[in-house]
Amino acid sequence: MKGPIDPRWYQIGVLACLLVYGLSSLHFEVSWLQGLVTLASVLVFQALLTPIVGLRFFEWKSALISGLSLCLLMRSNALALVVLASFLTIGSKFFLRFNGKHIFNPTNFGIGITVLMTGQAWVSPGQWGSGLLIAVFVFCCGLMVVQRAERSDVTLTFLLAYPGLFFGRALWLGDPLTIPLHQLSNGALLIFTFFMISDPITTPNSRTGRILFALLVAGLAYVLRFKFYNPNALIYSLLISSIFVPAFDYFLTGPRFDWTGHGQNPQNKPTLEVTRMEAPVKFGNKWSLNLRRLGISHLF
Amino acid sequence: MFKRTLILTIAIITLYGLIPIKSVMAFCGFYVAKADTKIFNQASKVVLVRDGDRTVLTMANDFKGDPKEFAIVIPVPTFLEKGQIHIGESAIVDHLDAYTSPRLVEYFDPNPCSPPFKYEMAMPAPMLAKSDAVRQRANQLGVKIEAEYTVGEYDIIILSAQESNGLSIWLKENGYKLPNGAKEVLGSYIKQQMRFFVAKVNLDEQSKLGFKYLRPLQVAFESPKFMLPIRLGTLNANGDQELFIFTLTKKGRVETTNYRTVKLPEGMDIPIFVKDEFPSFYQAMFTEQVKRENGNAVFMEYAWDMNWCDPCAADPLTQEELKKIGVFWVGDQTNIPTPPGLRQPRPPMPGASEVFVTRLHVRYNLDHFPEDLMFQETADRSNFQGRYVLRHAYQGSDSCPAMETYRSALRDRQEKEATTLANLTGWDVNQIRSKMKIEPEKTPNPKSGKWWENVWE
Repeated sequence: MKGPIDPRWYQIGVLACLLVYGLSSLHFEVSWLQGLVTLASVLVFQALLTPIVGLRFFEWKSALISGLSLCLLMRSNALALVVLASFLTIGSKFFLRFNGKHIFNPTNFGIGITVLMTGQAWVSPGQWGSGLLIAVFVFCCGLMVVQRAERSDVTLTFLLAYPGLFFGRALWLGDPLTIPLHQLSNGALLIFTFFMISDPITTPNSRTGRILFALLVAGLAYVLRFKFYNPNALIYSLLISSIFVPAFDYFLTGPRFDWTGHGQNPQNKPTLEVTRMEAPVKFGNKWSLNLRRLGISHLF
Repeated sequence: MFKRTLILTIAIITLYGLIPIKSVMAFCGFYVAKADTKIFNQASKVVLVRDGDRTVLTMANDFKGDPKEFAIVIPVPTFLEKGQIHIGESAIVDHLDAYTSPRLVEYFDPNPCSPPFKYEMAMPAPMLAKSDAVRQRANQLGVKIEAEYTVGEYDIIILSAQESNGLSIWLKENGYKLPNGAKEVLGSYIKQQMRFFVAKVNLDEQSKLGFKYLRPLQVAFESPKFMLPIRLGTLNANGDQELFIFTLTKKGRVETTNYRTVKLPEGMDIPIFVKDEFPSFYQAMFTEQVKRENGNAVFMEYAWDMNWCDPCAADPLTQEELKKIGVFWVGDQTNIPTPPGLRQPRPPMPGASEVFVTRLHVRYNLDHFPEDLMFQETADRSNFQGRYVLRHAYQGSDSCPAMETYRSALRDRQEKEATTLANLTGWDVNQIRSKMKIEPEKTPNPKSGKWWENVWE
């Protein structure tokens, strides 16, 4: 019996729709050439790095998701920087690892480092407007349900904490609630919430850890935005918070997420089921490196 | 106490919320074409020069009312020393406005029967010393008068406040009629630890200086906040507010981070008659585009390296003008000065001053712009301009096969221009056609195109 389709197809579908909508209706400052270069380069880097680290499977779907996210969020006029961001994105999955997991959400790392280091790339958070955002939100919620109900705790916590801080600030300032609503009606925030912070591989293994992690990301982003007035607060917040994930995992043990399916499904469970955490990983095993798992265990 | 009956009506623009006080305070002057029509009423112009956290803000207006009724309140992020406040020159802001204005370009079709010849022409689209009693009263209300300066023709007070109630009472007692909701907005700014910059005209100083108009106020400060407070402006009952923001930065164009920044449609061919109606065309087009973006977008009208232009609606600003408008980094490098009066229709030479200008235009109201405008500088140095093309048809009466083809293509072209214009402005396409006097389709040519038909001519 064939299981349901890989949830990453759903992700690719959502991101591709958003990209087409962004390019055609919102006139994103991304040329078709830039889009093609991004997608091609992430696939090429994924293909090149896969054999280098001895993996068997070329995970093109994960790479494509990373590429689509890059197209949606990062802007640059230099194609070389687009290629650099693609390299950082894919390379971070393979090379920046600790405890059998990659440390950073790849797209987040690719964008954050490219923007910080070069100064020639930027994120345009205001370019989404508020049209169709509710539809996108529903889409994303659907994605969450389809994909990984067990790991939705991080998304749900963030969805409560981050807007909570905005509404709390508005109440404290005596601002009308239209202001936080406007601040939160943002496509980039939705992509961040449903495609980045929720990445099961780069979040802590334990539920407590994940909830604390989501609170940390939300709190830090709030501080960066309202105390340091940084327009890329979410990107930098996740980048900084991810550094602490190994510490979360050290102090708060829990089962590691794994996409163990990939065509091997002894219990004939549908892929959807396989995406769940099946076997708890003992603390001592954390230091081992399972390359096959690593290769297929990345969302982005 | 002398009370001014000031009505807080027009835009509260500027950096941290400017509260102009008079209903007749018509900031016009946005514009370009040769028309002297004031096409956007109640428009304000703000120049933001920024690099890193350093900002120089210039607020220009052409207030025509009684100077004693002019006053503004600007929330500012820091205390301002006297040296941080300056009086600018209106002419430079007008120059910047003209340089960045949308423009018409004319082309004249060549004689289809002659070798190609092309001609292109660009045309510019077109306080008051506080008595001890006042100070005491301010203290009672929790309002602190931190400093008082007289700069040029303005009396300036820097205020801080503990809570909005006291501040709004103080402002009211000093002649400011606040719109509904202003107290809450002031309270929000107070909690964000902003101070208030209050300026009024010192009539004695003004008569001594002899200026007939009010010169722009400039403030220089350092703050990570790159924004313009428009919230107080949205409280006015007069409907939409018009704001032009000119940013001068080092790296590239500026965009809003909490509203969509949309490029104005440009580069299309439009009918010749628009030349005489450019102001109304531009106004109608802007209104139509605002509608299409559901009223909540900021429009980019110009983005260009300040060293050149092509075509030039006005000369680029000179180094001296840039310095005066607050571009504090000019002179930090080897500059190639722009000779006055010399247009530079070519890219800059290496070493030219790094000044990138972005012109943003926003029509805002409370429903569509609930929060202040937040900006970021991007690394995008792509050029953009509001440029519209007029193509004059060839008027000669030569006759040749190419002329027949030309005439036929011309009709198609004019029809396309009519629909383009209708699409841009929302104007009725039939009226456009009749104004264009589009040449009706000629009766079919009796000649059938056979080779011998022209032999005997």
